[in-house]
Amino acid sequence: MKIQKILNILTLLTGAIAITVISLWIGQQAYSWLPPQAAAESLLIDDLISFLVTLGSFIFLGVTSTLMYSVIFHRAVKDDFTDGPPIEGNITLEVVWTAIPILLVFWIAGYSYQVYEQMGIQGPSELVHLHNPLAMQSAHAEPNDLPANALAEPVEKIDVLAKQWAWVFHYPEKDITSTELHLPSDRRIRLALKSQDVLHGFYIPAFRLKQDIIPNHAIDFEFTPIRAGKYRLTDSQYSGTYFATMQANVVVESPENYQQWLAQAATQKPSVAKNQAASEYAQTSHQSVQTGWVTVPPAAPPLVNSPG
Amino acid sequence: MTNVPIEGILLPDEKHNHESPSNWKEYFSFSTDHKVIGIQYLVTSFFFFLVGGIFAMVMRGELMTPESDLVDRTVYNGMFTMHGTVMLFLWTFPSLVGFANYLVPLMIGARDMAFPRLNAVAFWMVPVVGILMMGSFFVPGGPAQAGWWSYPPVSLQNPTGNLINGQVIWLLAVAISGVSSIMGAVNFVTTIVKMRAPGMGFFKMPLFVWTVFSAQIIQLFGLPALTAGAVMLLLDLTAGTAFFDPAKGGNPVMFEHYFWFYSHPAVYVIILPIFGIFSEIFPVYSRKPLFGYKVVAVSSILIAIVSGIVWVHHMYVSGTPGWMRLIFMLTTMFVSVPTGIKVFAWVATIWGGKLRLTTPMLFALGALIMFVFAGITGIMLSSVPVDVHVNNTYFVVGHFHYVLYGTVTMGLYAAIYHWFPKMTGRMYSESWGKIHFWLAFIGTNLNFLPMHPLGLQGMLRRVASYAPEYTFWNIIASLGGFLLGMSTLPFIFNMVISWMQGEKAPANPWRAIGLEWLVSSPPPVENFEEIPIIISEPYGYGKSEPLTANLSE
Repeated sequence: MKIQKILNILTLLTGAIAITVISLWIGQQAYSWLPPQAAAESLLIDDLISFLVTLGSFIFLGVTSTLMYSVIFHRAVKDDFTDGPPIEGNITLEVVWTAIPILLVFWIAGYSYQVYEQMGIQGPSELVHLHNPLAMQSAHAEPNDLPANALAEPVEKIDVLAKQWAWVFHYPEKDITSTELHLPSDRRIRLALKSQDVLHGFYIPAFRLKQDIIPNHAIDFEFTPIRAGKYRLTDSQYSGTYFATMQANVVVESPENYQQWLAQAATQKPSVAKNQAASEYAQTSHQSVQTGWVTVPPAAPPLVNSPG
Repeated sequence: MTNVPIEGILLPDEKHNHESPSNWKEYFSFSTDHKVIGIQYLVTSFFFFLVGGIFAMVMRGELMTPESDLVDRTVYNGMFTMHGTVMLFLWTFPSLVGFANYLVPLMIGARDMAFPRLNAVAFWMVPVVGILMMGSFFVPGGPAQAGWWSYPPVSLQNPTGNLINGQVIWLLAVAISGVSSIMGAVNFVTTIVKMRAPGMGFFKMPLFVWTVFSAQIIQLFGLPALTAGAVMLLLDLTAGTAFFDPAKGGNPVMFEHYFWFYSHPAVYVIILPIFGIFSEIFPVYSRKPLFGYKVVAVSSILIAIVSGIVWVHHMYVSGTPGWMRLIFMLTTMFVSVPTGIKVFAWVATIWGGKLRLTTPMLFALGALIMFVFAGITGIMLSSVPVDVHVNNTYFVVGHFHYVLYGTVTMGLYAAIYHWFPKMTGRMYSESWGKIHFWLAFIGTNLNFLPMHPLGLQGMLRRVASYAPEYTFWNIIASLGGFLLGMSTLPFIFNMVISWMQGEKAPANPWRAIGLEWLVSSPPPVENFEEIPIIISEPYGYGKSEPLTANLSE
């Protein structure tokens, strides 16, 4: 009897250790499921995702392996129609498994809060200024894992205009417009997001950042790109017929190259940018099933210094 | 009250004439019998499940390739809008109401619902909603294309210029569906509070009844908000008001609040009865009492209460201030506590039992596993920084399809198989049932698991075309989707053949404990010749005590 009990405890321990090791491994894999880490914020968010994947794997494997153990070893024998033991509950057990989720919730929420606070991505400006009891700080007072010069002013200010279905970027300092978003790396970027018509969403997967753009609202949005390269900006809030085509290139480059691009674009005369929605709307479509359902016509393709 | 026991009204021989409908006509005509209405709901909603499934096939067909090349973008947008709407308002809601209709009066020892005619009227509104929705394909401009959220200003843009357009019809249909659901909610709450058999205190009610009760209470406080939002949007669209139109000074974010104030709790309206179904099925096929019955019962009410304060987690990135994001993060995560209690209780119920892996048990187990997965991704989504990245991506689509297909639809299948003998008086074919289970289980995971890596990579929902790097997982998901579509074929085949010529079912083929198993299969029109007097708690497996004082077991 005693040996049986010891054996049971050993089995349980081995199982728990195995599940822990597997969960830790899966948690490490989580980084590879994500796009490149192109903004300072993505480092924080990826760590949080990896943590949640580890914890989640542990819970999932724990529950499913218990279930699978029952399914394999606790099956009724063919002609055995008797009942199992009439165990109705166990107060200690029930208290423990209520307490564990509560503690986990506070742990996860606390960690998430910390990450969110460090991101300091801002929001609708009037709201941030009026009521902000939790005193969300922007990343100026920020931790060591951000590159040092990311914290230094000046902040790069860019206006973003979203419309059905195009992105237009305006650089107020040199009064340049572009359909390609150029950003200096390791500088704090502050975007003023505006929509001309419907709800849109500003989303760069490589930055892990997203913010809805609401007509008649000025929304400030801050972040710090840290990795040179070419990424995609997409519209994350459904905006009508040509929603899927509302994309733009995001070019993160060294501050020198960025200044060069600005200077070069300033010499260009404004020209009509290419626009997929406009050209699809103009063409008869290639689809095999056509209905001729009318659609909202796309806004005129933007006039820009740098069509990208 | 109808529940006064009247002895000697029916003699055993006469009883035969009072059995439930023996021909198809009765199922297609106006009836006030809660069992007929229950089956009417189930058959109607299953028809729309197939319709919604066909829309999904078209979408998955479009997403086989990165380009938008199978259907017009307008058609694609109409497809995903109608897929979401049909699956929610014409499949999950009505099918669960169907089960509740069929089972609640039987389970609490009542002869019918409290308001049988109201019940019938509520059902007949469902086909009206369905006809409106399908009819919208034939108006100029086609059906609504603004997504099932119908956020303004997109939903206010009316390129046809007609007063009668897809969006107007959609709003009307949603409002009618809301009225029907409110009628149902009033009926269920009244029935459960007022018509329980003598001796059935709240803590002697089966858990399915507890979950229906909790879910219907959500309907009562949540639906008025959605209906108000829908009416205001309708006025903006047709009468030129400006509640939500930013061009005229309205606020589209207010619509999001109205919409999600109901539409997140709506998820619990759907899933709570599934939790009830799990709680009915696991004890029977494990031959053990439900572990922690009282805590599991109370946790349903807790979920209903917490559900009222989680809606803003759909709007973290909708210009919501930081403090609000964080408060709703905490309340949303808190839902995992009562839910976790339930999951642990089911696992403990199964543990050490004498399991029989019948088709309903397989479906319930598969659904439970997929629910645990969905719960974990749900916690991830409630975390504000993670949500900022994956919001509106396929990660969310994968998550809620694990809830709505992996858990709800699979749970519904478990329920259909489990109560099929009771409803039809015939046994279904186990081997076809198992084929169905494996096709559905593999199909579900092939279809919805790839959506998680797609979402983490940043693929957005509602797109008709996408970047080429997303192709691989999309092909897998589409193949899974087609497999899932095919998995319904053995089910339909099994149900039709078994209903026509299956083996006759005894009153209690599973040796289950519960009032519905004490009456014949199918039950007589008035359910009980003599109203049962309840003397013990449900789920007394292994305890060999009688459930009622007067009916034979």
